[in-house]
Amino acid sequence: MLACGQKAFAAGAIETLMDIFIQQLVNGITLGAVYAVVALGYTMVYGIIQLINFAHGELVMIGAMVAFTLIGVLTPLGVPALPAVLVATLCAMTACALLGYAMERLAYRPLRRAPRLAPLISAIGVSIILQHLALLVWSRNPLAFPQIVKTESFALAGATITNIQIGIIVISVAMMLGLAWLVYRTRLGIAMRATSQNAQMAALLGVDANQVIALTFIIGAALAAVAGVMVGSYYGIAHYTMGSALGLKAFCAAVLGGIGNIPGAMLGGVLLGLVEALGAGYIGDFTDNVFGSNYQDVFAFMVLILVLVFRPSGLLGERVGDRA
Amino acid sequence: MVLVALALLALPFALAGAGTTWVRVTNLAILFILLSLGLNIVVGFAGLLDLGYIAFYAVGAYVYALLASPHFGIHWPFWVILPLGALVAALFGALLGAPTLKLRGDYLAIVTLGFGEIVRIFLNNLGSPVNITNGPRGIARIDAIRIGELSFARTDSFLGLDFSGPIKYYFLLLAMLVAVIFINLRLQNSRIGRAWEAVREDEIAARAMGIDTTRIKLLAFAMGASFAGVAGGMFAAIQGFISPESFVLVESVMVLSMVVLGGMGNIWGVILGALLLSFVPELLRYTVQPLQQYFFGRMLIDPEVIRMLIFGFALVLVMSFRPGGLWPSAVRKRELAARSEDPA
Repeated sequence: MLACGQKAFAAGAIETLMDIFIQQLVNGITLGAVYAVVALGYTMVYGIIQLINFAHGELVMIGAMVAFTLIGVLTPLGVPALPAVLVATLCAMTACALLGYAMERLAYRPLRRAPRLAPLISAIGVSIILQHLALLVWSRNPLAFPQIVKTESFALAGATITNIQIGIIVISVAMMLGLAWLVYRTRLGIAMRATSQNAQMAALLGVDANQVIALTFIIGAALAAVAGVMVGSYYGIAHYTMGSALGLKAFCAAVLGGIGNIPGAMLGGVLLGLVEALGAGYIGDFTDNVFGSNYQDVFAFMVLILVLVFRPSGLLGERVGDRA
Repeated sequence: MVLVALALLALPFALAGAGTTWVRVTNLAILFILLSLGLNIVVGFAGLLDLGYIAFYAVGAYVYALLASPHFGIHWPFWVILPLGALVAALFGALLGAPTLKLRGDYLAIVTLGFGEIVRIFLNNLGSPVNITNGPRGIARIDAIRIGELSFARTDSFLGLDFSGPIKYYFLLLAMLVAVIFINLRLQNSRIGRAWEAVREDEIAARAMGIDTTRIKLLAFAMGASFAGVAGGMFAAIQGFISPESFVLVESVMVLSMVVLGGMGNIWGVILGALLLSFVPELLRYTVQPLQQYFFGRMLIDPEVIRMLIFGFALVLVMSFRPGGLWPSAVRKRELAARSEDPA
């Protein structure tokens, strides 16, 4: 009798542990999908001009800010929820695309022949400028996401998943597929890949390298805007500092997958999301609560350092020698 | 030379007339010069972009704060702690550098940035379960520096002049600055300095010439870190209070802006950059606010925001229009001129 009761208790415990595990998986995949979309922007730019576009995370932030502001304007006018979100997102994508283009033209293109560190330093400057311009426009206070889409929860194998999480995962997957189609099936994609393999050769064969590079920035920026809307609606707020940490983590994801490699960025994003969610969920148990979930932000950097030390080319990247 | 020396000696008393605040501002500016000169070793001499430099400053500051405050009840003298802080910071530099210096420049930048964040997160969270850093509340009541009977916390009169705490720190910092500049000048033309330059210009060629590139880069990292460690210790002593908030990413970027604006690799240029970026924002703080009050009747733009925008634009504009900085080093100047003639 007693043994039987103990067994039932144990089974129950395992079930709840399992539930927690599945819940962390769901959260991790949601977060990872966002990382993946942002990581794509890093990886595309890096693939084509070997620049870590430091300001990419700020584009995510500005995308979220623009979209939230527009939704806040449109909703009181009686525009229904779905069209409002759509219009706002499209406008955010346009705004970010323009910014991405401006950034490339003004801060990076003049430096294309400069020593390697020059554009990187310039990118840090752009990032600071964008962040503080956003601070001027939207103030220090976080912008709350207008509650126009009602959050609904669904049961999923003992865990819950919200409609927002489902939306984020579906939209991310759709965008990744779209991008894969663009890169592997269109003329522009061929030009992009050619430029990233050998810019001089591609130019000789009639590819307008400047145009391809500008378009790469524009596409990456538009993706970043959507990611901004998604991550903003997931957490419910947007803030002028939200971009830098997110951008860094997405960069870590891109390196994890193999920077310059598009499927790698997707894989790296999802993996990093999982590592973070599971790490933050279980670090307390493993270390006897010496370290808690407040160390969540450390994981991405740990992953980055480990990858760079043991497999600098990333999971899916090819081994390339240093270009002198 | 003599005139400059006299002016520097008289400066704090003139500034004290304008208010002790300005002496403090000057002290902070000297700290930033020390930091910039340290970062210049890493970025300017060896050509390694370090975006987490402030972490070493933090290490130095915390070493000082933990060993000279009521937090642990330890009160060691500064001449033990400052070198110790430099040593610990150098150790951290080597610790970070050893696994990562094989990486190419831009990866290194991100890893150092990540390292800076990790250090800050740990400082923020090591308040529990064992209280080491006191978490986000920081460490207060840090001992002032004292040399024998001479305490830097109180004002003494000597030769009819009032030596207040900040003025004493000013002279101590000035002495350190002179020492650091001397070390830097000697380093630049030493065997090590030339090896750094070679690694910066062409790592593969440098290795072919028999330079142990990993070791020489590690040395740059550790040495730059040790400078930051000393500066951090001084910062803790001067402020009397430190918290993780003083060691955020923005500070790393600020020091980098100073080095870049002044001229990477040129000691005098870096000093100029640090002075400009330390004083201009302070001047803005005192002019922007009243001007806005006068013209618009209220504060429209926070001077803090303007300060950051200046840093941002300094980085972008310098890179585009004057990549050698305001006062470029001779080598860089030659190199940039050669590069613009070379079409590839």
